[in-house]
Amino acid sequence: MNREFVPDSEKYIAQFRNVNFVYNKGVAYETVALENVDLDIERNCITGIIGATGSGKSTLVQMLNGLLKPMTGEVYIDGVNIHGKKVKMRDIRFKVGLVMQYPEYQLFDETVADDIAFGPKNMGITGDELALRVMKAADFSGLDKSLLSKSPFDLSGGQKRRAALAGVMAMDPALLVLDEPAAGLDPAGRRNILGRIREYQREKGTSVVIVSHSMEDMARYCDRLIVMEHGRVAMNDKTENVFANHERLRAAGLDVPEITKVAEELKKLGIDIGDDIYTVKYAAGVIAEKFLGKRF
Amino acid sequence: MNFDIAFGQYCEGASPLHKLDPRAKIIMSLLFIVDIFMAKSVWAFALLAAATAGLVITSRIPLKVILRGLRPVIIIMVFTAVINIFWYAGETLLVSFWVINIYLEGIYNAFLIVLRVILLLMGTCVILTYTTTPLALTDGLEQLLSPLAKLKVPVHEFSLMMTIALRFIPTLIEETNKIMNAQKARGADFSEGSLIKRAKALIPILVPLFASAFRRADELAVAMECRCYRGGEGRTRMNVLKASVSDVLWVLVLVLLGAAVIFINRNATGFAIGW
Repeated sequence: MNREFVPDSEKYIAQFRNVNFVYNKGVAYETVALENVDLDIERNCITGIIGATGSGKSTLVQMLNGLLKPMTGEVYIDGVNIHGKKVKMRDIRFKVGLVMQYPEYQLFDETVADDIAFGPKNMGITGDELALRVMKAADFSGLDKSLLSKSPFDLSGGQKRRAALAGVMAMDPALLVLDEPAAGLDPAGRRNILGRIREYQREKGTSVVIVSHSMEDMARYCDRLIVMEHGRVAMNDKTENVFANHERLRAAGLDVPEITKVAEELKKLGIDIGDDIYTVKYAAGVIAEKFLGKRF
Repeated sequence: MNFDIAFGQYCEGASPLHKLDPRAKIIMSLLFIVDIFMAKSVWAFALLAAATAGLVITSRIPLKVILRGLRPVIIIMVFTAVINIFWYAGETLLVSFWVINIYLEGIYNAFLIVLRVILLLMGTCVILTYTTTPLALTDGLEQLLSPLAKLKVPVHEFSLMMTIALRFIPTLIEETNKIMNAQKARGADFSEGSLIKRAKALIPILVPLFASAFRRADELAVAMECRCYRGGEGRTRMNVLKASVSDVLWVLVLVLLGAAVIFINRNATGFAIGW
């Protein structure tokens, strides 16, 4: 690339240009985590990142808020090169809220409310504004008000997860990044927390990035999907387009949602309901239409 | 954050020293320490330096790694050298200026003391820490101390505690990094502000770290109970330590080295270390 890259912050919240990253560089167990990654993450939608273990998802996520610095290449957030000369990393951290894997282990303060307030306090927010943010974040994450005065160590696993999520939501980031937000939760807990994240996104109009291994969850909650394979971006498209490309997904070591497999099997039996089936609701609609002749 | 624990870290290899019985190596390093502290004559030091060089070569550990291990003690070495040069009263006065008198013997002495520290570290690291896994080390220590169990000293419990502690150092470092990243993501700042402010900034790291250490300890205890762990009594081992001829020979070499040092101290002329 000889031409100077001009970020398009109108359309994209985050952009990667020619990003490379290697773990343990120069040592025997050198592993390439990201290789020449060019990536655009759109604003105002939920983008899912999927990929087999070791495909570079977590590395990618930690680059979004500057916890990792690319060895070569640039990361633009909101049109700003975050490793540029005059950029303060803390400002980037406030702009990009990162919820790490198993975030419940980062809770530390005396009460849940204090813990949620940690992030916004670091931003310099005090008084009523702070209290308001804590309340709203607790609301979004589905944390009961009565829990706010408790010690975070007295909460259940699912409640802790919500408290940790609220702690990042309270910072009101322009981009909310979640690494496996539903890992280890029961099905009801998964649906609930992911549903809350979606509600938050729809109401606030922020941009959200979710990393997950569950194709079902991704199919249900994401507007767009990025598929990672061996440190490269294999696909970056709307959810339906990604799931329509079964071969490519499987080549990347991933699977399609169960309902997509049902559609595949039906096709083998001579009943074609299309290749773009990836949610149960949509599948039911198409099947009903086919057999009852009505549009749903 | 970069945790530099290169000092005394196990370094994989297949040298004769790596293959020795950990018990032999513990005894060897004790003998080596005794040898070094017995040395007085310059010639004894020369012999020990040659012996250390021999050990380093046998261990096949890159010299770079060994020298890096010496880095943390540079300050101590410089400090002792300076004290010896300025405060040692000898016979041949070199420089006399105000209250400072520097004697030739002081310089000799400083040199030998620094050499002693270097040889001590290099020798014990090469014999013991660089070539022995922490697990083998605690195993060897437990067996060596096992006679104490007859005196009701909880040898097995101590060695188990040591094994567990060593095993969880990397885990805790990893955990610390994770928690620090999580708090950094929430805008925590560890590098700025006054000392008190910086100490306070550690709370969001230490509290979760302790919480998880206790959680891990609980989980480990349950896992051990599940496998019917009941302490050291009547417990057999998977890898039984067996002393071989070469183990005995190596220990013998160190004993002979000590004898040679004593012989040289008595008979050699030339400068001898003051203390």
